[in-house]
Amino acid sequence: MHAPDGFLNAGTAVATGVVSAGTIGMALRQLKQTMSEKVVPVAGITAAFIFAAQMFNFPVAAGTTGHLMGGALAAILLGPHLGALVVTVVVAVQALFFADGGLTALGYNILNMAIVPAYGGYALFRIFKRILPNGRGGIVGATALAAWGSVVLSAAAFSIQWLFGATAPIPFTRVFAAMVGVHVLIGIGEAVISALAVGAVLASRPDLVHGAKGVALGEGTGKVPMRVFVIGGVLVSLAFATIVSQFAVDNPDGLEWVAETEGFAEQGAEHAWSDFLFADYATRGIENETLSLAIAGIVGTLITLLVAWGILRAFRERSPGATA
Amino acid sequence: MTAAIEVRDLRFAYPDGREALRGVDLAVGQGERVALLGPNGAGKTTLALHLNGLLEPASGEVLIGGLALSEETVTDIRRRVGLVFQDPNDQLFMPTVAEDVAFGPANLGLRGEELDAVVADALERVGASELARRPPHHLSGGEKRLAALATTLAMEPEILVLDEPGSGLDPAGRRMLVETLAGLDVTLIVITHDLPFALELCPRSVVMDGGRVVADMPTRELLARPDLLAEHRLELPYGFTLAHD
Amino acid sequence: MGAGHAHALYVHEHSPIHAASPEAKVAAVLLFVLSVAITPPLQAWAFGVYAVLLASALVVGRIPLRFFLLRLVGILPFILLALMVPFVGSGERIDLGWVSVSREGLWAAWGIIAKATLGAGAAIVLVATTEVPAVLAGLRTLKVPSVLVAIAGFMIRYLELIADEMGRMRQAMTARGHDPRWLWQARPIASASGALFVRAYERGERVHSAMMARGYTGEMPVLEERETPVASWLAVLAGPMVAAVVAVIAVVGS
Repeated sequence: MHAPDGFLNAGTAVATGVVSAGTIGMALRQLKQTMSEKVVPVAGITAAFIFAAQMFNFPVAAGTTGHLMGGALAAILLGPHLGALVVTVVVAVQALFFADGGLTALGYNILNMAIVPAYGGYALFRIFKRILPNGRGGIVGATALAAWGSVVLSAAAFSIQWLFGATAPIPFTRVFAAMVGVHVLIGIGEAVISALAVGAVLASRPDLVHGAKGVALGEGTGKVPMRVFVIGGVLVSLAFATIVSQFAVDNPDGLEWVAETEGFAEQGAEHAWSDFLFADYATRGIENETLSLAIAGIVGTLITLLVAWGILRAFRERSPGATA
Repeated sequence: MTAAIEVRDLRFAYPDGREALRGVDLAVGQGERVALLGPNGAGKTTLALHLNGLLEPASGEVLIGGLALSEETVTDIRRRVGLVFQDPNDQLFMPTVAEDVAFGPANLGLRGEELDAVVADALERVGASELARRPPHHLSGGEKRLAALATTLAMEPEILVLDEPGSGLDPAGRRMLVETLAGLDVTLIVITHDLPFALELCPRSVVMDGGRVVADMPTRELLARPDLLAEHRLELPYGFTLAHD
Repeated sequence: MGAGHAHALYVHEHSPIHAASPEAKVAAVLLFVLSVAITPPLQAWAFGVYAVLLASALVVGRIPLRFFLLRLVGILPFILLALMVPFVGSGERIDLGWVSVSREGLWAAWGIIAKATLGAGAAIVLVATTEVPAVLAGLRTLKVPSVLVAIAGFMIRYLELIADEMGRMRQAMTARGHDPRWLWQARPIASASGALFVRAYERGERVHSAMMARGYTGEMPVLEERETPVASWLAVLAGPMVAAVVAVIAVVGS
């Protein structure tokens, strides 16, 4: 989603802006080395492809339609650095030229819609590729799982940013539950479309699928291995369990009201980091704060690890012919 | 007098194994206008891409104005050999036509007023001056072709290679193109399927088939050889026969 | 999301804003949007000033109101989201007739809607009065890395071409009776997308060849050197500077 201006507070906008600019700057430097004069035309035209693909509705159910995010797809086809760069340009152009997303929100919009899905999605792709059998089917399956994961990661990342930068009195746990919940479902569409698209490219120009480098495609049939569905099912169930548990815990409204009227909310606000770091809204309520920090901590660490690993892998792969 | 273009036993195969050029020999003198004809897949475009070093031969030589094509000479050769692609969209990549026309000369070091003058001149030569500030994706097919030609002319090439320049143009556009090309003082190689076009513009025709040169003669002569034409899938448009002077 | 036709966002008019230098306009929009973004929603008066500034830009720039409102449609989902906030928000509740809403939620919703509208509005003013090549040139002048600007330029240049190809593919499929309503029926669309990616990539390689053929070395050449006089900058930045002052007052005063 292309968040508008002021959706998250200034501190969050600046912090995510710095992270995004730094990451893309680094990716760009790397690409100039590996691709030199090819960067501009290839990135530009594939960015047009991603933009056009995002505009396209694909059917989801009973006539409703969904849109592709494309971060994981871009990373798997083009490689994580180029994928991240391409989607970044798409998001930036959408904000500047189409008023789709705030200009001051570019920091977190790029982080959530380009960097996290591309690098995090790519990391997931490599993990799943290792688990799945070798060959075409394995790559397609890994794409599906990674694409789904990238959408969920994106939603989780936004939710964690909400913890720091909320501008509305909705607690982090509720935002997390809602965002991740919805995207667990949306991600299925992304998974199917991405997998089918990669499969189609593999069929005609397998050399254009970065994620297939070093894989002997002759092996195995094109069929998606059963393992994919098993893993997918497990992940979706896990995600749902996480969300449902949020709602179970997130019922201290009664407690909040009491806390409010009896002044206990003040105590929550006096927690050491709260005033400085966390958006007051997002951690409102004593119970929620501890839980919020726990969830944010675990999920945030996971996202950071995945994205960082994706970036590291991207650097290690820069020499042509480097093995998977 | 050094030949403008000399190709000696050129061989080339694409990464997927397809042998596109199987020993091409060709010599073109300065100021000559040559039509390059042949069926699809004959290797005409592949040959064209060798003439300014976009493709590297597997074996054989390419000499432009006596200069052998190599890593050191490629930049200089690219200034001398202008290539107009089959799809003008591939050549018009800047936000406006003027910027596209300026791209080449700017890469050669021109700036400021000098650059502006070269751009204006190139656009005028193809009759596309009013297209200067237009974005290329808003142009018609014919306008794109003229703009693409202008982008190449701006580099003042000695040799101009055009790949199917007439396709997609309406008769008026083709007329404009022929007139423009006829008025240029360059060595011309035109890849085309349009035999009347070839006849009008190029006194000499070279026919390629299966990666080799199979015929090289004055265009008039070629068009009077229906057997040769048929053998290489060339055809005069229905109802046309060559008038005998 | 987003129209495929960038030229549909530009209003063909002659106005002082149209004539102003693009780098000044881009800087102006950024300053304005920044001011809006940092203003606390409680300082409602500030947003009144911003609205007046934006409205005057519409008038001076001769941008039709209907056109402007149509372009704002993109923020509708967030407006709807914002409207939900008072109902689900936590904190002290107040009664509005028969329903009770969160007080802070109301202010938060107001903030989201106001900032989204003003932010998007400013971007619309920019694009309505500045053609794409000019915006790109303005970004370059403002020291945005030329590689990024070039990539963005290429993206916009080839967007219509690719979107058209996609559209034609869909048309061809529909003409053959393909009317997908469920996700698994999206197979042909996704396969077509794969084919389109390959075509896009191959075109990228051809464009690269064309660039090399015209002497490209990896650095985009400098095509234009332009100096915008200080007076011109000030004229364009006048409004946003007012906004900036207002923002500072609002932040300090809250």
